[in-house]
Amino acid sequence: MAWETYGYPLLGGVIIGLAASLLLLLNGKIFGVTGILAQAIWGKGSERHWRIASIIGLILGSAIVSSFAPQFFEYDFDIPTWLMALAGLFVGFGTRLGSGCTSGHGICGLPRFSPRSLAAVMVFMITGSLTTYILRHILHLN
Amino acid sequence: MQIFVGLITGIIFSIGLSISGMVNPKKVIGYLDFFGEWDPSLVFVMAGGVMVNLVLFNLILRRKNPLFSEGFSLPTARDIDKRLIWGSALFGIGWGMGGVCPGPGLSNLFTLNPKAIIFCVFLVLGMYLFKIVDEKTKFLK
Repeated sequence: MAWETYGYPLLGGVIIGLAASLLLLLNGKIFGVTGILAQAIWGKGSERHWRIASIIGLILGSAIVSSFAPQFFEYDFDIPTWLMALAGLFVGFGTRLGSGCTSGHGICGLPRFSPRSLAAVMVFMITGSLTTYILRHILHLN
Repeated sequence: MQIFVGLITGIIFSIGLSISGMVNPKKVIGYLDFFGEWDPSLVFVMAGGVMVNLVLFNLILRRKNPLFSEGFSLPTARDIDKRLIWGSALFGIGWGMGGVCPGPGLSNLFTLNPKAIIFCVFLVLGMYLFKIVDEKTKFLK
């Protein structure tokens, strides 16, 4: 039980950090998924190339894990489709307005002692928690 | 070389996401359910990633240059402005709705689960919406 609650999350987090550090060391870039995705789609010329590869990698990595250890993917998207769509809109708009998400601000910004990232992380954790409370316990939507 | 690095780091990042449980929307919502039935496990994801990078980032940034690029491309913005706060607030709301943030959202695409696809479609739509609004109005600047 302890492994599930603490071990795998910690291990996963360490691996995520290593990936981000590798990208910084080798390409000199910050592993912020929203920024990478935005430039992959709307960037210019060679700016797009490594980022497109990165997005492909994101999809491939989970496929690889799933083939060796399918237990990590035994879950349902038990959330109404309309809510997933709305969620996508908010996440897409919000991350671009706020210049980042959990990877950019959290995994990369906090280690750099960025005050902006600290503020961002606190704000999205709070609104995330409040939203979850309302949707889960008051409206029973997810 | 940069393209290969992009691919490899994307794969490693996604392996981490998969093992961590962040790819599971219900687990994320459990983590965000701070005021209800809190599942603290995802604290350890952030902790693991931040601790590793606390050491490594600060070592790496002592270098003059990265290995395969001309220089480090680091964010230059300094101030905590309305865009940051409102953007983060909106992102958090979306995160609480679906239990999915961009990284796990993309990682889940390999499952071809329609809801994962829907999330990603609307994610890009939301990003595009911001792009055109911002180009016209310099939103909240």
